[in-house]
Amino acid sequence: MTFSADLGLAFPELILAGGALLLLVWGAFAPRMTTALAAAAIVILLGAAVATATGPFGRAFSGGLISDAAATFAKVAIYVACAVCIPLGQRWFERRGVRNFEFPVLILLAALGMGMMASAGDLISLYVGVELHSLALYVLAAMRRDDGKASEAGLKYFVLGSLSSGLLLYGASLVYGFAGSTIFTDIAAAAQGGANTGLLFGLVFMICGLAFKVSAAPFHMWTPDVYEGAPTPIVAFFAAAPKLAAMVLFARLLGEGFAGAVPQWQQVLVAIALISVFVGAFAGLAQKNLKRLWAYSSIANIGYAVLGLASGTGEGVQAMLVFMVLYMIDVTGFFACLSALSRQGRSMETLEDMAGLIKEQPGIALAMTAFSLSALGLPPFSGFWAKVYVFKAAIDAGLGWAAVAGLVGSVVAAFYYLRLIKVMWFDAASGATDKPAIEARLIAVGLAVFSFPVVLIALTWLDPAAARAAAAFGLA
Amino acid sequence: MTGLLSLITYAPLVGVAGILILRLLRGAEDAGVVNASKWIALVATVATFLLSILLVVQFDPANPGFQFVEDVPWFAGISYRMGVDGISVLFVLLTAFLMPLCIAASWRSIENRVPEYMIAFLVLETLVIGVFCALDIVLFYIFFEFGLVPMFLIIGIWGGARRVYAAFKFFLYTLLGSVLMLAAILAMIGISGTSSIPELMAYKFDPSLQTWLWLAFFASFAVKMPMWPVHTWLPDAHVEAPTAGSVILAGILLKMGGYGFMRFSLPMFPNASELFTPLVFALSVIAVVYTSLVAFRQTDIKKLIAYSSVAHMGFVTMGIFSGNAQGEQGALFQMISHGVISGALFLCVGVVYDRMHTREIAFYGGLVNRMPWYAAVFMLFTMGNVGLPGTSGFVGEILTMTGAYQASTWAAIVAATGVILSAVYALSLYRRVIFGELVNPKLSAIDDLDWREWAIFVPLIVSTLYLGVQPNSVFNVTAASVDQLVSVYRAAVGG
Repeated sequence: MTFSADLGLAFPELILAGGALLLLVWGAFAPRMTTALAAAAIVILLGAAVATATGPFGRAFSGGLISDAAATFAKVAIYVACAVCIPLGQRWFERRGVRNFEFPVLILLAALGMGMMASAGDLISLYVGVELHSLALYVLAAMRRDDGKASEAGLKYFVLGSLSSGLLLYGASLVYGFAGSTIFTDIAAAAQGGANTGLLFGLVFMICGLAFKVSAAPFHMWTPDVYEGAPTPIVAFFAAAPKLAAMVLFARLLGEGFAGAVPQWQQVLVAIALISVFVGAFAGLAQKNLKRLWAYSSIANIGYAVLGLASGTGEGVQAMLVFMVLYMIDVTGFFACLSALSRQGRSMETLEDMAGLIKEQPGIALAMTAFSLSALGLPPFSGFWAKVYVFKAAIDAGLGWAAVAGLVGSVVAAFYYLRLIKVMWFDAASGATDKPAIEARLIAVGLAVFSFPVVLIALTWLDPAAARAAAAFGLA
Repeated sequence: MTGLLSLITYAPLVGVAGILILRLLRGAEDAGVVNASKWIALVATVATFLLSILLVVQFDPANPGFQFVEDVPWFAGISYRMGVDGISVLFVLLTAFLMPLCIAASWRSIENRVPEYMIAFLVLETLVIGVFCALDIVLFYIFFEFGLVPMFLIIGIWGGARRVYAAFKFFLYTLLGSVLMLAAILAMIGISGTSSIPELMAYKFDPSLQTWLWLAFFASFAVKMPMWPVHTWLPDAHVEAPTAGSVILAGILLKMGGYGFMRFSLPMFPNASELFTPLVFALSVIAVVYTSLVAFRQTDIKKLIAYSSVAHMGFVTMGIFSGNAQGEQGALFQMISHGVISGALFLCVGVVYDRMHTREIAFYGGLVNRMPWYAAVFMLFTMGNVGLPGTSGFVGEILTMTGAYQASTWAAIVAATGVILSAVYALSLYRRVIFGELVNPKLSAIDDLDWREWAIFVPLIVSTLYLGVQPNSVFNVTAASVDQLVSVYRAAVGG
């Protein structure tokens, strides 16, 4: 492969990197033009998505960067999710008097990092991608630097994120040492027929590091605090796309690098999955703050995604991909609803704040009901289909007991979703709300309409697209 | 005529769209919108009923297979498949029959958030009809499961004092049963490679696997039915639900459990069904005897009728698992008849509840002095509930017991005491509410039935008596499909 062909494969990343630097310079000279900057960032992201969708397949930089159906699937979803979050966050910050031009730039850098994670073909690009997106997220969490809670959230995120990066790096160095190569395909050759102790040791550390990034239990402790403290539209951003990127990276590492050691990592993943499901379900019962509640909900849902991956089959990876895309829609939509709501300028974040919302804001209350039912896994909402894919894959892979356990966990979690619906629908209203911002309302209602009924049509192309993507990972 | 089933299923949604458009144009509190939404709901449900009559008229009773089949491929092997056979077609009719009555019964008793209430009922109608028409197991699950949401809202928003507790109990109980069924559904699709119900009915599952699948489906349908000991959500849900909600719950939603047994458990897992027949019989007999005794001790009219529903459903499960034609026919007939009679009984409670706003038995007494017509109507349905010959209640009970007698003599004999017990609680309820001196001064001005209530009761009276003297009108429709069900079942278990 020539260098220019390599660059051609990395074209979407180059757009993002160049675009981010350009916007940074632009912002430095004209810091007041935040709206134009944000619009430009959206154009760059959508351009990168188009470039990804139409770009060639292949492996660049000696296998360090992969462009295939899987990377394309994930990157298009990631870039679009990032683009949706820019208007949401931009206006939210402006209305609270924060006029930082860095916000869209940081989103672009995070998107670049996530794109690299989805395309990583060796341990180096894996680590660079993870670090690039994490550093952008730490700053985003602490964007409101005069807000104590946000700063605390940013610091917590940074310290614990660094710890997980350390675990990841340590595991990567062990894997490199025992496999003799950083390229996933070479590692696969070394792990053929079962990983040796050294490789396995490294793999477990890497799994821990990645579990941290997707906030799977027992590495979830940072999630509720960070979700609660960070600005709501930022949570909408980092509860969705980064999780997909990390899950794809997870699948890439395990599928391409350790396909020969499925029984060895399967048990670890099943344990992580079920612990996540039950921690998310039971700990969520005690939450009064909706952002914390949804943090636990996301822990439980990541458990289901990990369960799909734990199947160790192509069907399982397909299930995980479908699950993550549909879950991203739910979680982004829910936090878009939250960011739209305020009462006399004060954000509405607790369960009591939502009392009688169906009378005050029927559109947003209906959207939140749809997202809650979807996260509960009730048909015909998108979350139901997501769970159907995961559980079917798990049952077909002989993990029927784990699927039943996961389903029982979803009944426990059903209680807190129902409680939210109950508060919104049954209780008396507790005062007038402010007029919600138009863009947050549009995004929330649009995503709710996707959750049902558009999903019923969308699945007819999501299903084969995810199947093609899953085939690229190398798990049978 | 293809497309008729989808038309019937989604016709109520046209009404929903109409109400929503009105709401958007005029606002929710507008008195005109409130009134119009009632009329829209009534027209939509009556239109659905007329369409379902058309369905039954066009239905070919000689054909045991599925008719009016629609089949549109969807994704990942799942299809949008609809169709009815002799087992399901009458449930569609029953649903469409009861719904306009429910709307009419809510005309004055529902005062707040009327448009939402009508929307909830219309959505519920679509979902329930969908359950009976779906021929794809995933589609079935969607209709079956989503039905929880409108019912949750109906109980929770328009219910009585402990409505939140009842709504949560109803939802979580049913959900736990359903998710186990979902696991079984996914396993069945994985093994057989199809989600089509007719193909799954023809597929022979491994007997040891059948045991697990049967148990998972049983978890769902037994809760829905409800069978002892997982019936405890029902009295709470009934007591707290508004009158129309109770009618739908007892009249139709419970039937989804019995329908599920006949559509899935028996034909798809015949060996497991045979294996677990003693278990089902034991639970049914306990349900018949125990809940009849419990019903006798109730002080709340609605709770009493709710427990009597559990007892009557015990006959249904016994009939279904007797595995012979009498039992199946009897179970089907009992479900249809109970749908009419229990619905009518809850409407009778609604009549006095609307006037006095209490369901305490002790509050009433001597109503016959002020409400002779009401006393007569209530008497008829009480007799139907007891199973008096000439009413529809008799036919179902005698047939299920004949069927059960062939399968297990002892179970049938013990269950027969339930007939006596039902007379004990039903007649004593009637005596305490209707007869005696009118002592409570608050009752001295209570009015008899008005023309709206008559309009609701007349169709119910006619169908109770008609089914009682002309049971063949039901059996003619169901016979072919039931015979096929029984012969396939017998062949599979080798009897």
